Parts: sequence; structure tokens; C-alpha cells
Amino acid sequence: MSAPPLKIREDLVSKIQAHGGETYPHECCGALLGRDGGGLREVLGLLPLSNRRDDSPRNRFEVTPEDVRLAEKEARGREWELVGWYHSHPDAPARPSEYDREHAWPWYSYVIVSIEKGTARDMTSWRLQDDRAAYDSEPVEIVRSSASISSD
Amino acid sequence: MAVKVIIPTPLRPYAGKQESVELQATTVGEALSGLTRQFEALRKHLYNDDGRLRSFVNVYVNDEDIRYLEKDQTRLREGDTISIVPSIAGGAPSHSPRGGSI
Repeated sequence: MSAPPLKIREDLVSKIQAHGGETYPHECCGALLGRDGGGLREVLGLLPLSNRRDDSPRNRFEVTPEDVRLAEKEARGREWELVGWYHSHPDAPARPSEYDREHAWPWYSYVIVSIEKGTARDMTSWRLQDDRAAYDSEPVEIVRSSASISSD
Repeated sequence: MAVKVIIPTPLRPYAGKQESVELQATTVGEALSGLTRQFEALRKHLYNDDGRLRSFVNVYVNDEDIRYLEKDQTRLREGDTISIVPSIAGGAPSHSPRGGSI
């Protein structure tokens, strides 16, 4: 089953890419804040977070439960929801790894940006299947920063 | 005793879309067992194949992490609130850069 597209403004895409470039060769991570409902999911803001995996930050990231609660609080404060997470794959494809799948939660959107030699390349989004067996690719619809994506 | 379990957003589709579930239990383990009996689809997201809580599933009783209490044997009192809070993890394939298997 293919998921409906994840809408995200181009300036937020640029911020995710810049975050991945800043932390390269380590993985970056952050929360996707926005709205979900009526078959539409849209990202309206980001909460960049610190990668807590000090032991292996080149190919692992971790967001602590405290940071998850912080992200939920931030979303609630803006009357949004915590709709997913982003992270980078330094010098690796923007595809979920087996480690990603093992640790994923359903429902959330997982945006992955590939950073090759410090420069952002592909960006993809994924959602875990109900049976945890695999991810479904979630199409990403990038909208111009001046557009109101809620009014589409 | 009656306790409340707060269901995190990503698991609500598997718990009748409810934000919280009230049930009777005397320990955290009993409460989670009751929850997964009531909503079988939750089980695979909370427990691994060995029947242990997944490492990224964090359980709190009134804001205290049960890892610092008595884990699933943590005793409950009337009106306690159990929160299931995700931690998030992942990362790139570790063995081969670009083009490797996933």
C-alpha cells in the first residue's frame, strides 16, 4: 500500500540538508512537526536535535525519550503534532537500513537525507509497515516556501 | 487497582485510536499484559520475539522510568499513570557505503 505524500516546504528541506552537512561525517537527527489528518500529512516545522549516539555517530543516531517528550511538547505548543523524524546517512544511500527498520515505530514518517562528502544528495521518506516487516516509501512533495501548504 | 496507560501517538492506531486506556493491574508487567491482551496488534510493537520489551520502548510510572524502579515488577497504586514513551534510533548501513544492501 502506498502512503499519501508527505508535504514539506522547500526551506525546511534546505534546513534538513544543511543540518546533515553541518554534522557530517556524523549523522544528524531531528523531529518533524506538523499536521496529519484527512489523508494529508504536512511538515510545518523542525526541531533539530543532538545525536545522542556518542559511540558511533557516523552510522547511528539516537533520540532519547526526554528529547521525544520535548519534541511532543514543542508540537503541542504550536497546536501541531509530532509527525516524524529526520536523520542523515553520511556517504550512504537515502534508504532505510535494517537497523533503521528494527528500531522504527509505525505511523511516524522517517525522512532520510544522503550526505555525500559533506553535500546533500537524495532525500526520501519512509513509513514502517504494520507488521514491521519492511518500510513503504512515502512520496515527498516539496512545496515552494511562499505557498501555504494547508490551503492546497 | 485502576490505572491509566497513556498510548503514544504512533501506537494509537493499534489501540482503538485511544490516547489512554484504563485497566486493572497491580504491577507494570500486568498492566502491559492486560493492554496487549486487549489490543493484540500492539504486541509486536512493544515486545521483541523473545517476549521482552523492545529497547526503544520506555515505560514510566508517574514520570519515573521503570528501569530505575523494579522494571516490570514495579508495583502500582490506585490512580497511577503509566506512560509509554518512544526513543528513536537508526542509522546508515554499517558495512558498505553507497549501493550496499539494506
